[in-house]
Amino acid sequence: MSFEIKSTAEPYDVIIVGSGAGGGMASKILSEAGLSVAVVEAGADFDPAKDEDRTQLRFPWESPRRGNSTRIRPFGDFDAAIGGWDIEGEPYTNTKGTKFDWFRSRMVGGRTNHWGRISLRFGPDDFKRKDIDGLGDNWPIGYDDLKPYYDKVDKLIGVFGSKEGWRNEPDGFFLPPPKPRLHEMYMMKGAKKANIPVIPSRLSVLTRPINNERGVCFFCNQCNRACQAYADFSSGTCLVHPAMKKGKVDLYTNSMVRKVTTDDQGKATGVSFISKVDLKEYKLKSRVVVLGASACESARIMLNSKSKSHPNGIGNSTGMVGRYLHDSTGADRMGILPELMERERYNEDGVGGMHVYTPWWLDNKKLDFARGYHIEYWGGMGMPSYGVGFAMDTMRKHLKDEFGNPSPNGGYGEGLKKDIRRIQGSTLGMSGRGESVPQYTNYCEIDPTVVDKYGIPVLRFNYQWTQDEILQAKHMHETFEEIITNAGGTLLGSKPGPESLYGLATPGRIIHEVGTTRMGNTPETSVLNSNCQAHDCNNLFVVDAGPFVSQADKNPTWTILALSWRTSDYIVSELKKKNI
Amino acid sequence: MNRRENLKLLFTGALASGFLLTNCTPEEKQAALSPVNPGGTAGGRTDDEINIDQRLLSDVFLTEEEKKKLAVLADIIIPADAESPSATDVGVVDFIEFMMKDYPAYQIPMRGGLLWLDHYSRDHFDKAFLDLNETDKMKIIDEIAWPDKAKPEHIGGVMFFNMVRNLTATGYFTTEPGFKYLGYVGNRPNVWDGVPDHIMKAHGFELPEKYIDIYLKPDERGQLAEWDAEGNILRKA
Repeated sequence: MSFEIKSTAEPYDVIIVGSGAGGGMASKILSEAGLSVAVVEAGADFDPAKDEDRTQLRFPWESPRRGNSTRIRPFGDFDAAIGGWDIEGEPYTNTKGTKFDWFRSRMVGGRTNHWGRISLRFGPDDFKRKDIDGLGDNWPIGYDDLKPYYDKVDKLIGVFGSKEGWRNEPDGFFLPPPKPRLHEMYMMKGAKKANIPVIPSRLSVLTRPINNERGVCFFCNQCNRACQAYADFSSGTCLVHPAMKKGKVDLYTNSMVRKVTTDDQGKATGVSFISKVDLKEYKLKSRVVVLGASACESARIMLNSKSKSHPNGIGNSTGMVGRYLHDSTGADRMGILPELMERERYNEDGVGGMHVYTPWWLDNKKLDFARGYHIEYWGGMGMPSYGVGFAMDTMRKHLKDEFGNPSPNGGYGEGLKKDIRRIQGSTLGMSGRGESVPQYTNYCEIDPTVVDKYGIPVLRFNYQWTQDEILQAKHMHETFEEIITNAGGTLLGSKPGPESLYGLATPGRIIHEVGTTRMGNTPETSVLNSNCQAHDCNNLFVVDAGPFVSQADKNPTWTILALSWRTSDYIVSELKKKNI
Repeated sequence: MNRRENLKLLFTGALASGFLLTNCTPEEKQAALSPVNPGGTAGGRTDDEINIDQRLLSDVFLTEEEKKKLAVLADIIIPADAESPSATDVGVVDFIEFMMKDYPAYQIPMRGGLLWLDHYSRDHFDKAFLDLNETDKMKIIDEIAWPDKAKPEHIGGVMFFNMVRNLTATGYFTTEPGFKYLGYVGNRPNVWDGVPDHIMKAHGFELPEKYIDIYLKPDERGQLAEWDAEGNILRKA
């Protein structure tokens, strides 16, 4: 393991930029093939098994803000992801009238340290959406190309779930799923009345061991804090660090890549980066450069990699880098269930996230919007944190007093104290996460007027939802109301209307952004070929979610992992054949 | 005051650290800010986070008088009872002091609300709030504690009291005694094997037949997973 800066050392076989899902998988596969690898990461090293890095199993009183969110940790003070939507000294801009919020994690493992571990394969239809509804584009590959890699990812990393035999929700090699929690049983009841299926969730959490290197889940409900037993998937614990132990992998931390360097023929020769430690620029050389910095960061690096041979940025000869940026849609609703008030207490933590979910179940041909969404369920007696006891000025009325009358809102004293205890664990909710239609007109580009604190030009975003996403959010809310009401719950808040795009989350907020360096068969309409190799530069590859032609209503991580593995195999084979 | 004592106090939260630091020499201040023991959130902090927490823990927002008023309000909101301590017993005022600095949007409504309390008190009872007897204090609180019954002209007071209620409740129920009162029993290693049977029955639920055989069985948690070619996990008979 080496953290030393080497600016004049021997060239590596491969430089990988970024250590998240895509970069991590590439580091493992390429190093196992015997290649020498440099992983260049903008953040610091991170290992949740080290007690100094551990936030898991901490109580709210171990934080002076009792776990409330901060600028650096928008998902709470104990969340593992370091970075957020607004990083000091690393700005981005939006073109007037458009909005995209960009979430970044600066650390080994990137955003895999805190993600929801929802690990869904794309189905056959998800690669060929244009064939179905005429919108967007097909992928140049199909499910059969990725299936063997999904299978290998399941076995290497582990995912629990149930075999269902649904065509577009392909089954895999599943570990046993956990039984549902009580509020999830109510959601299943509500959904059943509405003819909406609810099945065991598919999360990359080890309910049984898959090897001797990682432990099994001990049900603390805190996967977002990163697991000291390595019982959930994060790239640092499951891919990068193991690769460093076994292979020729050097990890460069706190190293912010500025550009891909090229020779006169336009071939990539390595990268240049700014060390955050001394703010000096360094260069690394390699035979192959692999970008896995995240869809937008990789696009930024490519656009900033201007040279005589690549005057518009590497891979950007047809102006496609940054185009077709798209995120999942999102909307959420909450309710309160009288049957869950004054509940008997038991440990209901479970795994980190839902034990059941609803895959997309309808046919868009019969609907007024193009693509589907899945539903995530939440609630239960989770650990109280900052925010517990809030809103009794509006919530207390949902409790009944000793005479069966609604308790008065607000108040104080022993009665209030008891009511806060009675209401604990009685709220529940659901989130829709859906597919959007990729648009040429939604894109990121370089803002020539702004640089970050390392002097690197920043991204400017241009993003607007279309009617398809807006109407999908409307449908989500109708579904949510039906399920919560059917379950016997009372809806909280009000149904958002057209003035707020039916509660549709701002682009970027679901943190599934993809598509900026999409793959395709023609350089005029894509950045990469079907092996994620740049049309313009045959020793440059992208392994994050940039290559996605379309982001299904599934979470992107499992597809990033499968695609990165496939791309890495291709790199090994091309190097052997001396094609690159 | 030496550094060790400083740190001990910071760590136990026995005193707002700003109060300590004002009594220290510049050298001692420097020592107390040493990141060796940050006194902020535990676990994997970046340098920026350590510095931010240090600054927030050292800065002072609430005056002693404001803290006294808040202490009265906090214990009206969450009093002690036979089974649990009061809000001030578990340090809620220190928590509120911290939140004023961590989330500065609280500052103006808090200071303004506490001033309004005295203003209203003087107008109606010719005394500052803290000097009122219990009955008169509660007369004012009752004007602002019940949002659905409050007079329209007291909307500002209601919003102020809502904020104090929120912060007091959250500050209380995120402590060890608060957890005990709520009965939260998680955040420890365990094995999830579903909702206890008697609770399932009480709610009229049964697990879906279809999944009974595939759910995780606790006694299999140690067995290395293997599958057949169709993706069926192999189970020992």
